[in-house]
Amino acid sequence: MMNGIKTEDKYESIIGLETHLELETATKMFCGCRLSFGEGKNINTCPVCLGHPGSLPVINRLAVEFAIKIGLALNCRINNRTIFHRKNYFYPDMPKNYQISQYGIPLGVEGYLEVNMGDYVKRVGITRVHMEEDAGKLIHIGTTGRISESGGSIVDFNRAGTPLIEIVTKPDIRTSREAKHYMTSLRNLLLYLDVSNCSMEEGSLRCDANVSIRPTGVEGLGTKTEIKNLNSFKFMQKGLEYEIKRQKKLLYSGKEVVQQTRHYDNDNQITKALRSKEEAHDYRYFPEPDLVPLMIDNKMVESIKETIVELPEIKVKRYRDEFGLSLYDAYFLARDKKTADYFENCLKCFKDAKIVANWIMGDFSALANKEKIHISESKVSPEDLCRMLEIIAGGSISIKIAKAVFEEMFKTGKSAVDIIKGKSLEQISDSSEIEGIIEQVIKDNSGTVQQYKEGKKKAIGFLIGQVMNRTRGKANPKIVNKIMSKRLE
Amino acid sequence: MRLNHLTAHELKKKMIDKEVSCREVVQSVFSRIEEVDGNVNAYIRVEKDSAIKNADEIDKKISEGEGLRDFSGIPIGIKDNICTKEIATTCASKILENYTPIYNAEVIERLNQQGYILTGKLNMDEFAMGSSSENSFFGPVSNPWDITRVPGGSSGGPAASVAAGEATCSLGSDTGGSIRQPASLCGVVGFKPTYGMVSRNGLVAFASSLDQIGPFTRDMEDCAALLNVVCGHDRHDSTSLDIEKPDYKSFLKDDIRGTKIGVPKELTVKGIDPEVKNAVDSALKIAEDMGAEVEEISLPNLEYALNVYYIIAPSEASSNLSRFDGVRYGFRNKDADTLRNMYRKTRSEGFGDEVKRRIMIGTYCLSAGYYDAYYEKALKVRTLLIKDFNETFSKFDVLISPTSPTTAFKKGEKIDDPMTMYMCDVCTVPANLAGLPAVSIPAGLSASKLPIGLHIMGNVLREDNVIRTAYALEKAIGFKNFPKI
Repeated sequence: MMNGIKTEDKYESIIGLETHLELETATKMFCGCRLSFGEGKNINTCPVCLGHPGSLPVINRLAVEFAIKIGLALNCRINNRTIFHRKNYFYPDMPKNYQISQYGIPLGVEGYLEVNMGDYVKRVGITRVHMEEDAGKLIHIGTTGRISESGGSIVDFNRAGTPLIEIVTKPDIRTSREAKHYMTSLRNLLLYLDVSNCSMEEGSLRCDANVSIRPTGVEGLGTKTEIKNLNSFKFMQKGLEYEIKRQKKLLYSGKEVVQQTRHYDNDNQITKALRSKEEAHDYRYFPEPDLVPLMIDNKMVESIKETIVELPEIKVKRYRDEFGLSLYDAYFLARDKKTADYFENCLKCFKDAKIVANWIMGDFSALANKEKIHISESKVSPEDLCRMLEIIAGGSISIKIAKAVFEEMFKTGKSAVDIIKGKSLEQISDSSEIEGIIEQVIKDNSGTVQQYKEGKKKAIGFLIGQVMNRTRGKANPKIVNKIMSKRLE
Repeated sequence: MRLNHLTAHELKKKMIDKEVSCREVVQSVFSRIEEVDGNVNAYIRVEKDSAIKNADEIDKKISEGEGLRDFSGIPIGIKDNICTKEIATTCASKILENYTPIYNAEVIERLNQQGYILTGKLNMDEFAMGSSSENSFFGPVSNPWDITRVPGGSSGGPAASVAAGEATCSLGSDTGGSIRQPASLCGVVGFKPTYGMVSRNGLVAFASSLDQIGPFTRDMEDCAALLNVVCGHDRHDSTSLDIEKPDYKSFLKDDIRGTKIGVPKELTVKGIDPEVKNAVDSALKIAEDMGAEVEEISLPNLEYALNVYYIIAPSEASSNLSRFDGVRYGFRNKDADTLRNMYRKTRSEGFGDEVKRRIMIGTYCLSAGYYDAYYEKALKVRTLLIKDFNETFSKFDVLISPTSPTTAFKKGEKIDDPMTMYMCDVCTVPANLAGLPAVSIPAGLSASKLPIGLHIMGNVLREDNVIRTAYALEKAIGFKNFPKI
């Protein structure tokens, strides 16, 4: 600044993320209402989740188990005694005008998540994992759905009381890319635990970020802003990039960052001030007197630990040790549960892990990506894929034809056997049939045969190509090669 | 004696013996209500039609030879902060003037299993905040012994209705003395059980860590019987104690030989009415004569109880009452143009002064920067007080004091002086802070024919000691007076 040189290296950004996850328990956090999936408005409600006078909360045990699972997967210490607080603020989607949330003593503390950045592994510290309840949904009447252009608002309390988990990181994240990878890893991990559908589009996984910048190499933290509405991976990266740039620009021009809450506006791809520190709510937290402390003994923690499936980190190691896969391949297959499950299901009926891995990561993923679906959602079941791999191994079709067959399997859902039979794509391995074709090719290309005999050994390639052409690629190349070589001697 | 002045156990016997029908019992109560409630104003809502209908059903059962439970066919009034399905429950507030619950409180379900007769919903201080039942949107309740005086509060309606013969028993709620103080001022029995013994499910919360439902009756026998009905675990209330409940009637033993009674000197406060003091002293003398050991004691932290209470109760209330916002149910100001104004106008117009005062005190105590100095510190003193009680109850079975420092005071006398009004709770508040069982029983009448209450407090879950002592003293004192209203 002093010499007027602005370099990007002068400041570094410090990011902490707060993630909210809706749990997929059968019932709500504090009452017996079912969770809702696109049902009629205010159907799944009762005196408790509507905040009727005299109603009382009762903790959902399954939600506690899910929370413990998440805490353990994030390497947290699980507190044996945790309590709930009331977070008081008025808003029409809050039935009681307070949210029951774990404030003083959260369920899980002091954890971390290791994030594979490709060229390095980033360890992101987890400050806390705690339980709370979701609010209802405001629906703004009018065509735009925006509150500013709406004639009124209605409230749907179906979502009110849905169990929520909040996962708060330490300010360990340095770039928007790290933030995005953290979210991807976190989402994949949570999907492994089978506690939520983790859909950012549907809002079951939501993210806010705390952002500040400081001169590179300096200890301590600068003034932070909180960014809301980073509710997709794209929003998250764009919003963070914008905010980091905005803060740097302020500092370079000698101004100060003001502590405030900002909202990411994706239409204009900017962050907008929502409220300042002075306007911030005083939530008046105090221990929820309607609930007694939640005691979690080590026995319960141990028994929940046993229910946790093999997580990505361990899978990667096993794939490398057991199957000899590369780190890249092992990570590709293990990072999300659906891919790993697909891969492992294939191994039940086809033993060569490397071949299975190559197909999943190659043609299969390419086709699925094009269709914007996950391989597990395609029409090709692991059994279908394995049968095709067996046919290849048995030598009935060439790799080249197999690729075409697979594409059709992917498109139509037909089995490899049917496709091959239907188009008579089966490889010709019958020597007498191949010999006949070779005789014809030799007869029709006497010039080339002559060249070969004169020592131009490469000419055999052309002749074999002719055989393949005449059989539309179905002739087994190995056999063709063998017979042709013998015949030309 | 008129039917409407009998106890539940007396009525049960008469109905079983077919001396009277349930319809007659119920009608006697409603004719009494018609006779006096214009002056007493104990009821916000009377449920006569359904009561008569239910009475006829009980009579049919009796004629078919079906046995009666303790409260089958007994006319019972319910404080209007206990939810009754499809029957308006207002908390004596404008903000809930037209609110009709969609579910029954747990205690109502338990009474229904008995086949009780609901007489109606009883008047009270708005949201149970007050000691005089003057803070009601539906007008103040009068003391049946002198209608120029207050019945105490906040359960003024439940106390006055039982005293005046407008209900055989009633249920109230007690956060800082709201059952025992009006019982004292109206000359009836009022019992607050150990915190967690009665489900709070369906009790509109004032201060969740202090609230407890309890019975108003004309004697200890009915009191123990009604405790048998309302006490017991409820999985819908996380603070409900999951323990086996005793048979409270088995504690009705007229024997207090060797009972160790402590008399905390902190509760014989300055400004105590000499007549009240005399009545308590003579009750203690009777106890000694019956073989109990009486000793004056001191609990050092007791003097802070009222201060602690008036931080914790309003703090919890400020949060509990935030749900009354006009969004989902209850009163809403329809002129407001913005959300913020809707909240402001609805709550400004919907709540009375005392409720607003406590919401403000509580909001202040929980605010950032004040929490540690007020709420947090109050919790610490509460813990010290509980420690005091633990030590005391290792040496004593019960503690006895006046229930209220004075007899019923005049309407309007303290309403503009909150601090003086709050002093009414000085003897009763400690039991709520420590979760202890406590009862007020009539100890006699003052010279001006106003009832005086005796307060008996026991250790947590030691209802046995409280009931035994109260029953023995009740017999010895022999209070059998009814107001001449």
